[in-house]
Amino acid sequence: MTQPAIQIALDMQKSIQSPKPGLLRSWAIQRRVIGALLMREVLTRYGRHNIGFLWMFVEPMLFTLGVTALWTLANAQHGSNLPIVAFAVTGYSSVLLWRNMPGRCIAAVGPNLALMYHRHVKVDDIFASRLLLEAAGATMSFVTLSIIFISIGWMSPPEDPLKVVAAWLMLAWFGASLAILLGSWSEQTEIIEKIWHPASYISFPLSGAAFLVDALPPAAQDFILWVPMVHGVEMLREGYFGSAIRAHYDIGYMALWCTGLSLLGLAKLRVVSRQVTPE
Amino acid sequence: MIEIANLIKRYPTRGGDVTVLDEVNLTILPGERIGILGRNGAGKSTMIRLISGAERPSSGSIRRDMSVSWPLAFGGAFQGTLTGLDNLRFICRIHGVSTEDKIDPVQEFSELGRYLYEPVKSYSSGMRARLAFAISMVVEFDCFLIDEVVAVGDARFNEKCNVELFDKRRDRAMIIVSHSENYVRQHCTRAAVLDNGKLHTFDDVEEALAIYAEQMQ
Repeated sequence: MTQPAIQIALDMQKSIQSPKPGLLRSWAIQRRVIGALLMREVLTRYGRHNIGFLWMFVEPMLFTLGVTALWTLANAQHGSNLPIVAFAVTGYSSVLLWRNMPGRCIAAVGPNLALMYHRHVKVDDIFASRLLLEAAGATMSFVTLSIIFISIGWMSPPEDPLKVVAAWLMLAWFGASLAILLGSWSEQTEIIEKIWHPASYISFPLSGAAFLVDALPPAAQDFILWVPMVHGVEMLREGYFGSAIRAHYDIGYMALWCTGLSLLGLAKLRVVSRQVTPE
Repeated sequence: MIEIANLIKRYPTRGGDVTVLDEVNLTILPGERIGILGRNGAGKSTMIRLISGAERPSSGSIRRDMSVSWPLAFGGAFQGTLTGLDNLRFICRIHGVSTEDKIDPVQEFSELGRYLYEPVKSYSSGMRARLAFAISMVVEFDCFLIDEVVAVGDARFNEKCNVELFDKRRDRAMIIVSHSENYVRQHCTRAAVLDNGKLHTFDDVEEALAIYAEQMQ
């Protein structure tokens, strides 16, 4: 390279690094940081041994398969004549989607505290990378299992794929907003981490994964429809099974929950971001 | 240029807020090497972390017109469960620079050998320091924040650092925290003393050293 060319290259490098305000630049930095954190998460969680990052969706897949097998063996009653496999895959996949996100964001800052020595690494980047990873893992698991079971004839293809996607996105939104709220809050008090485990465990049977709302007595229906996740799962099943079931859901109600959780979560995140001190 | 104006940093403790830095003002120009002196717990590392942007001030402002390194210190900056090489990759990624061409220089400078492929948590503090220093040299910054890390260490590493920092990168700004009077005397163009949260700056390094020596009595 000639001397001026080197100088230009150096100037370019400097302009990349020197802090200049601007939304586009911030976005570029944030993308880089989230990308770097994603790689870091994948490496520390799954490593480079055996199947490596494939664990990202093999792990949730094994969960779903295990539950599917158990429910099949136990001949679980879920209040419809839907095939149990299809019922378990749609139900348990949605549980994994909304439940793993808060689980991964609670106490997420601690293991990354040393990396926060680097100015660009912020709490929201840590959450974003973990949320993306969880969402991607749960989605790939759901899609892969669906494809496998559809191709061997244990499940029928979804009647309304767009509705399935919409419901999946709603559940992801719910999980992500809950995760940001609880993840931020857990930096202020350890109680969140302690309570999350029993709470997520108990909320599983209430989340609509293991039953159809239509099969419940009317009084129980009124009660269970207060639970926001139920609406997402019902919508997902309507998209999947369509006319075969009668779904009960109000997506506006669920969106209201998600909006509320998002606002609270982002407010908490803003407070906590200022308080976090790198080790 | 880095411009620090009316910087205040307080930390909450059980006995109420403690003011670590109280109305600190400082301007750092390109090519300046500023030594920061002060007793243990005077707030030197806190100041470095605030300048780096790793922590945010309680009030006041820090304006950075040049790229600033992370605090090159004995702790922090690395993910312990990742290898030295993966930490290098991480830092290159967040700064948007390529990695592969930087492995050899880092290997050569840090002299980590096969330890570059081992988790950082297995490193000694000296090895961490060498890695931190080597990575900061390949990523390149306009201003280096050095918290003790070069001043300590064996003679050979010291010599290397001197060549890389004060010879090859004499045009860069540096903020150097050190307890070694000689180090500050040799390498700094200016010096400042932190005392009770106040920063006293001196254009004459000897004057700062004298005040510091007085404090130590």
